[in-house]
Amino acid sequence: MKSWTKIRNDFPILERKIDGKPLIYFDNAATSQKPLQVVNALTNYYENYNSNIHRGLHTMSEEATLAYEGTREKIARFIGAQSEREVIFTRNATEAINIVVESWGKHNIGAGDEIVITSMEHHSNFVPWQKLCEDKGARLVYIEVAEDGNLDYQMAERLITNKTKIVAVTQMSNVMGTVVDLERLGRLARLNGAKFLVDGAQGVPHLPTSVQKIDCDFLVFSMHKMLGPTGVGVLWGKEELLDLMPPMLYGGDMISSVTREKTTVNELPWKFEAGTPNIADVIASGAAIDYLQEIGMENVRAHELELTRHAMNAMLKLPSMKIYGPQNPELKGGVISFNYEGIHPHDMGQILNESGIAIRAGHHCCQPLMKTLGVMGTARASFYIYNTKEEIDFFVDALIKAEKVLNYVACR
Amino acid sequence: MSLVDDLYRETILDHYHNPRNRGTITDATVSTEGVNPLCGDELRLFLKIEDGVVQDIKLESRGCSINTASGSMMSELVLGKSLEEAKAVISEFKKMMLNKGEDIELSEELEELEALQGVKKYPVRIKCALLPWNTLDEGLKSK
Repeated sequence: MKSWTKIRNDFPILERKIDGKPLIYFDNAATSQKPLQVVNALTNYYENYNSNIHRGLHTMSEEATLAYEGTREKIARFIGAQSEREVIFTRNATEAINIVVESWGKHNIGAGDEIVITSMEHHSNFVPWQKLCEDKGARLVYIEVAEDGNLDYQMAERLITNKTKIVAVTQMSNVMGTVVDLERLGRLARLNGAKFLVDGAQGVPHLPTSVQKIDCDFLVFSMHKMLGPTGVGVLWGKEELLDLMPPMLYGGDMISSVTREKTTVNELPWKFEAGTPNIADVIASGAAIDYLQEIGMENVRAHELELTRHAMNAMLKLPSMKIYGPQNPELKGGVISFNYEGIHPHDMGQILNESGIAIRAGHHCCQPLMKTLGVMGTARASFYIYNTKEEIDFFVDALIKAEKVLNYVACR
Repeated sequence: MSLVDDLYRETILDHYHNPRNRGTITDATVSTEGVNPLCGDELRLFLKIEDGVVQDIKLESRGCSINTASGSMMSELVLGKSLEEAKAVISEFKKMMLNKGEDIELSEELEELEALQGVKKYPVRIKCALLPWNTLDEGLKSK
């Protein structure tokens, strides 16, 4: 494996200065930076073999098809899928969830049925189910987050019943970093004959993930959070389920034959990929998977755990600091949501930016969770493979300075 | 220029730390809510309008420094004004905040608001400054 310092050299953006100060990028839960290998794969495609895929008889089309389908195989291996036929490319994780809602939910959910999610879902694994329930007269049921920031698994045991048709949960909270015990929830779902969808947008980039080990029915994630370009999401589903689901979009590439009277739908996975897909970004996503696989996801996790432990230790020494979610770094990913008493997260974000530090502030597309936590928003620092302990030390110093900028007087 | 010169000026910090006209009005004639969907900040505005004059104004908000300060300054300027005068203040402030060119000089009475012009350098925050004013605008329209 490359050393962590060498890894930094693969990310030219980390050389950037913000107002003369070196960039410290702690907004990885929003999107990750991209290594040269990914950028080069993208430009290489456009410079050397740009052409449309499938059905092309010329050399470049064959090359592009091979590279595009090559990424599918890489992703299938990366998540332990049985076949690349189960890997469908979408625009993002949100679209992948919407395909499940449209093509599976609409045909399998009826009045009186229940859909179980958690109160810490991102809006993308929330709003589509809420809408489906509204349309079908079904009920959306929430597993709550306990005080310690972990899911209330006892509650899950009560809520997942034979009325439950699907359990849809995040692998890791994008706000608190809480890592969910998927195997436990998966068992509950199966015991009750419910399907199990995992939103891996936060988890897959940071934790070793195997769909066979989790034994889920659907897994969705997004390549731009794991070194890949924007515009590529993945829907993985069990083949027998995907086979029964009708396409969401109709048009080119998703057909096997078309006559004036009737169209026959293409086989998996292409039946869900209508129209020219995002060829270049899918190809570059293959380079992102290669990169992560070379490091090894166990090592990614270990590195982030070390960073998180270091950061939490230092942050919790500050008197006005509150960190949301599990206080034990082992139980969470490299995501730290915090508030500094008396400083609104937006002000915090702005002030840290003055020191070249990029964090995120606000509700993180999790307004229901914000209500549970009793806050309007939080500031969030999130780490990835290229971050260092030195950056964290600099960040903690900047937190202390932030207090001075606002000349904090009263607790509000 | 720095963050302290542009955004966290003394006037703004003063209103942030000691916001004027905070609270609720039990016998309000108008009450409206404003939300900034970007950050989830919420604001409740209460007005007591009698004989076409803003007799009382109170704000209840949980927001950032810019939002809080802007609302506080607004409440001071609008209190005791006729509806027409209040609307004129709103429009003058919005014009200042949305104007893309040079800084605008406001009338002497509204001079304090110029402290918020620095916010324009941070486009994401313009919404924070405008939230109380848009909420007031809506409240007055419902009247």
